Amino acid sequence: MAKKISIDPITRLEGHGKIEIFLDDDGNVKNAYLQVPELKGFEQFCVGRPVEELARITPRICGVCPTAHHMCSTKALDAVYHVKPTETALKLRRLIYNAFMAEDHLLHFFFLGGPDFVVGPDAPPGERNILGVIGKVGIEIGKQVIDMRRRLRSVITHLGGKVIHPVCGLPGGVSKGLAEDQRQAFLKVAKDAVEFSKFCLQVFNDIVLKNNTYLDLIVGDIFKHQTYYMGLVDENNKVDLYDGKIRVVDPNGKEFVKFEAKDYLDHIIEHVEPWSYIKFPYLKNIGWKGFVDGIDSGVYRVAPLARLNASDGMKTPLAQAEYEKMFDTLGGKPSHHTLAFHWARLIEVMYVSEELVQLLEDKSITNPDIRNLPTETPDEGVGVIEAPRGTLFHHYKTDENGMVTGVNLIVATVNNSAAISMSIAKAAKNLIKNGKVNDGLLNMVEMAFRPYDPCLACATHSLPGKMPLIVNIRDNNKDIVQSIRRD
Amino acid sequence: MPKPKVAFYWCASCGGCEEAIVDLNEDILKVVELVDIVFWPCAMDFKYDDVRKMKDNEITVAFINGAIRTDEQEEMANLLRKKAQIVVAFGSCSHLGGIPGLANFWDRETIFESSYGKGCPSVDNPDGIVPQTVSKVPEGELTLPAFHNTVKSLDQVIDVDYYIPGCAPPPYLTMKAIVAILSGELPEKGAILAPEKTLCDECSLNDSKPEKISIKEIKRISEVISDPEKCFLAEGVICMGPVTRSGCSEEGDGKCISANMPCRGCFGPPPEVKDVGGKMISALASIVGLEGEENMSEEDVEKLINQIVDPAGYFYRFSLPTSLLRRKRMSNPAKEDRYNG
Repeated sequence: MAKKISIDPITRLEGHGKIEIFLDDDGNVKNAYLQVPELKGFEQFCVGRPVEELARITPRICGVCPTAHHMCSTKALDAVYHVKPTETALKLRRLIYNAFMAEDHLLHFFFLGGPDFVVGPDAPPGERNILGVIGKVGIEIGKQVIDMRRRLRSVITHLGGKVIHPVCGLPGGVSKGLAEDQRQAFLKVAKDAVEFSKFCLQVFNDIVLKNNTYLDLIVGDIFKHQTYYMGLVDENNKVDLYDGKIRVVDPNGKEFVKFEAKDYLDHIIEHVEPWSYIKFPYLKNIGWKGFVDGIDSGVYRVAPLARLNASDGMKTPLAQAEYEKMFDTLGGKPSHHTLAFHWARLIEVMYVSEELVQLLEDKSITNPDIRNLPTETPDEGVGVIEAPRGTLFHHYKTDENGMVTGVNLIVATVNNSAAISMSIAKAAKNLIKNGKVNDGLLNMVEMAFRPYDPCLACATHSLPGKMPLIVNIRDNNKDIVQSIRRD
Repeated sequence: MPKPKVAFYWCASCGGCEEAIVDLNEDILKVVELVDIVFWPCAMDFKYDDVRKMKDNEITVAFINGAIRTDEQEEMANLLRKKAQIVVAFGSCSHLGGIPGLANFWDRETIFESSYGKGCPSVDNPDGIVPQTVSKVPEGELTLPAFHNTVKSLDQVIDVDYYIPGCAPPPYLTMKAIVAILSGELPEKGAILAPEKTLCDECSLNDSKPEKISIKEIKRISEVISDPEKCFLAEGVICMGPVTRSGCSEEGDGKCISANMPCRGCFGPPPEVKDVGGKMISALASIVGLEGEENMSEEDVEKLINQIVDPAGYFYRFSLPTSLLRRKRMSNPAKEDRYNG
């Protein structure tokens, strides 16, 4: 008898998330679907607004990564108004952005993704959470994590007004400059962030890499997909999170294409399915072949590991050393091992922390030139940025008065939507055999999607230290024949 | 004695309200000591059954954030109302409709068109596929919650006891509310758990505010380099401070103001203001062209007023569903579904 397994909820992907797994008559997995049951319609209701206000409206797409939307929107505004931000404004934007990337990645590592490894994939589910992490590394470290995030977030609050939905971005610059005493205070935060990054990588090294069981899991087949990878790079093909060109490498690591944000429609196109509100982007010049990997499938991945795969290295020394170590350990570049997203995320924390120090050691960041006023007629522009969860596009069109006539958004997690579905299906197929489902499925399915850090999972997972999950196996009448739960 | 149960739930929102809870930082450890948090932002079926099994009023307080857009959200709000002694609308979306409420300028069809149809330049969808509540796949059937034409605030769906405003609410107000509720020091039902003064009253830029503001020209924030020491309205830039409740920052000063940007009204109106838009129009009318008013022709006045390029989008940025406008008239009223209420 054919059965359907529902995992509802899984976690948030710009809304809620739901997984449906179908079994065949023998109880083996036929297929799995990741569904996103929500849509907000920003593309439509931004129409008619003054375009500069979009930098204050679009962050509400995601309250976990509002800074990514705010900065991407601000870059789109530069493009719409054909205005270049001042030198100092660029530095300040990078400052805010790096502080944001660090705190957001730390949230993921300690509260969400990390517990799988730090506490252990075999640990009782009730311990695989932030409290479990604190149990393992000690309460003092736990407090340090909270404190480090608080201090990094204070940088955003100071310059952006609010850390949840910052407001400082304007076409041609930012609204607020940095005073010398603040520069010195934030430099201290940045230096501590570098030390903290070292500590995080050490934790990863000691607990994960020195444990052969974990390492085998990382490089094993269950969590592997050979896909294209996308990420922003600078003129030397080094990872850049704020600016640069979008580089795509094929599953063999060869550069497939490198393009500017304004040309994104020549390279990315989205597939629509009737069973989800989320769309499925793919490489236009490869084509949609369904939910499959390989060089002939247009499915690509974004976010930390994809960025490192799509680049030739990191801009800062400590991050570069870690970059080399990671690819050596994983057997070369590109790495197709989904669980390595966690590792790559920590390397990025190191990179942004090092760059924070560089930015803040430069006294010119306190210069008063923070705005260039637009002089050109606004028309159309595309902004791109590397959000924590991947490449993010904001594309605006306006009339000659800068009133919005069209908006298109490709949001970070959406880029990974096909790959996340594939990862979940693969984990399910490896685990569910002959109708037998056990607790392990919950762990493995969670571990299959967590590397992508689908948005709000962090908050749901962290506070009471629980991520409630249920797997219902239903017969044809939708009656539950077996139920496995974890509160 | 068992600890009181506290529930957090989210409807149509961005996750910022959950982050606002995480931003309690070390205080969250205190909260965990005092209460059992039943935290389920993305728990649907499973928690639904779980909650259904609870006794009525078993939950001490449920904080619900997000607006109501799907039938699933409406159902969950109703269930929580039944099981919780106190329901707090948490954040702008739940309180006023919030930014997702701007969708009430449109309807489901236009929103689908711009996401999945010809209105979206990056979509390859020759067959015009749009998400369906029930769809057949080779292996069986998949379902999605229905997407309503109209976004609603929480109190348009269920009875709400208290409100915590803000996009997102500042942690200090959340902590105050939790402490007040747990200690039984409850304000009058329907109270907004925030200061009553307007942001203008509390604003440190007040010192720079001339006795009489007189705007000769209304400017957009993108057109000016604003002086961080000067009142935005005095510079001709729309700021919602006069019609917005204060409290977004514990220090009194507006948070956006502290970044040298004007207020957009996420805290909603102070007690005496019934409709933000109406009040803002009268506030602007009193300062626009004040100085040379007697020399202005009606044409001049109209010209000045027309410089407010998107009044509805400025004034009802966070409150369209609960405003007098509520929503754009549906082009075909017959299409209005039962949720348009």
